[in-house]
Amino acid sequence: MDPVGRLVEEFHKLPGIGPKTAQRLAYHLIRSGDDASHSLADAIRAVKQQIVLCSTCANVTETDPCRLCRDSSRDSSTICVVEEPMDVPALERTGAYNGSYHVLHGVISPMNGIRADDLKIASLLERLKGSEVTEVVLAMNPNLEGEATSMYIHGLISPLGIKVTRPARGLPVGGDLEYADEVTLGRALEGRQEF
Amino acid sequence: MARTKTYDTQGVVLKHMRLGEADRIVTLYTVDRGKVSAVVKGARRITSRKGGFLQPLSHVRVSIAEGRTLDQVMEAETVAIYRAAREDLARMSAGLYFAELVDGFSVDGAANPSEFHLLVGALHALDCTGDPERLARYFETKLLSIAGFGPEMRQCVGCGMDLPAGDYTFSCGEGGLVGAECRSRCEGPLVHASMNAIKVVRFFQAADFSQALDLRLTDGVMGNLRQVLGRYIAHVLEREPRSAEFMRLVGSA
Repeated sequence: MDPVGRLVEEFHKLPGIGPKTAQRLAYHLIRSGDDASHSLADAIRAVKQQIVLCSTCANVTETDPCRLCRDSSRDSSTICVVEEPMDVPALERTGAYNGSYHVLHGVISPMNGIRADDLKIASLLERLKGSEVTEVVLAMNPNLEGEATSMYIHGLISPLGIKVTRPARGLPVGGDLEYADEVTLGRALEGRQEF
Repeated sequence: MARTKTYDTQGVVLKHMRLGEADRIVTLYTVDRGKVSAVVKGARRITSRKGGFLQPLSHVRVSIAEGRTLDQVMEAETVAIYRAAREDLARMSAGLYFAELVDGFSVDGAANPSEFHLLVGALHALDCTGDPERLARYFETKLLSIAGFGPEMRQCVGCGMDLPAGDYTFSCGEGGLVGAECRSRCEGPLVHASMNAIKVVRFFQAADFSQALDLRLTDGVMGNLRQVLGRYIAHVLEREPRSAEFMRLVGSA
């Protein structure tokens, strides 16, 4: 295959990139200077060579253990379990959580063939055994796969006598009540708090 | 400018997949159009007005705009919420198994109201039953019949002879029981079927939901039923349903 075709093919393999977008990206690189192409190639090579998974929380990191796991000022008795590495900075931006994390790298999705064994669940259980952890927060996405994964992990952690919690469910800021689905609205009412 | 054609329908969400930055493609099994797939713009955003309605196993009424390549869900509202299928892992796994079977046994755009009503009835029954496994075996039996693969449990599929009560071999290739003399001529997997398991399938073929859920079965009969129907379904679909393994893992089958 010619170099242009190969580049288009490689871009097309990326998530969310269709054949037309792949072509646009390839021709953009051809038109731009050598620096842009080399910089992109170096960045891709560096991310594959320097990024590893933290042996404690399975988050992506340049150093093992990661910055968050090394930070002694964080509360190590609480672990927040999330689906993807991108969820960690989202929770960090809230400033409302100072515990540690555990990244599953996906959710159980029976119809897509993603099984519990494909996720970092075994390493979470290993981490909990004999540890000082008193609370596990299951912060999966509020959809069916997220619920399935939360319920599955809850079943595994409960016998260890560790408190299992999850973020409150309810109405998002900026949303309209009339457009809320029944499950969201129902849970928002169930979790109502005194003003 | 040509006006976009929209249609209203109701259906059950069978599955969804991510698309682009924040969209999803949902596959619905509708009462009047069969299986349809459509994009839900912005469904993954936390403030989405439609994402919450269109979770798998939700029974929804939707307004869909026809597109050149993909249709688009314009509006969605809930028809029924099956709480047990969302809040109990064993029942959720059974619900996902039903959805995967309907997805596997249907083709795009071919309506089959009986299949739709079977799915809705099964999701409703999940709310009422403490035994998703028995419901799963009943669902499999009925779905096979509706889809045109109903297992022959009274006559030998090799020679057509009536079979007296007893244990037999089930031929997945021929789709029914075979007598000892015809067994060697059958192609495809062969599974032992006990007399009681055969009786249960015959009963399920004629029963409604409440009759099926009232039936008490021993572990042995249930295990044999699971084997016969599971192997037959895997043979027809040319693969084992992925959610069957999860259902076994969480203990509902």
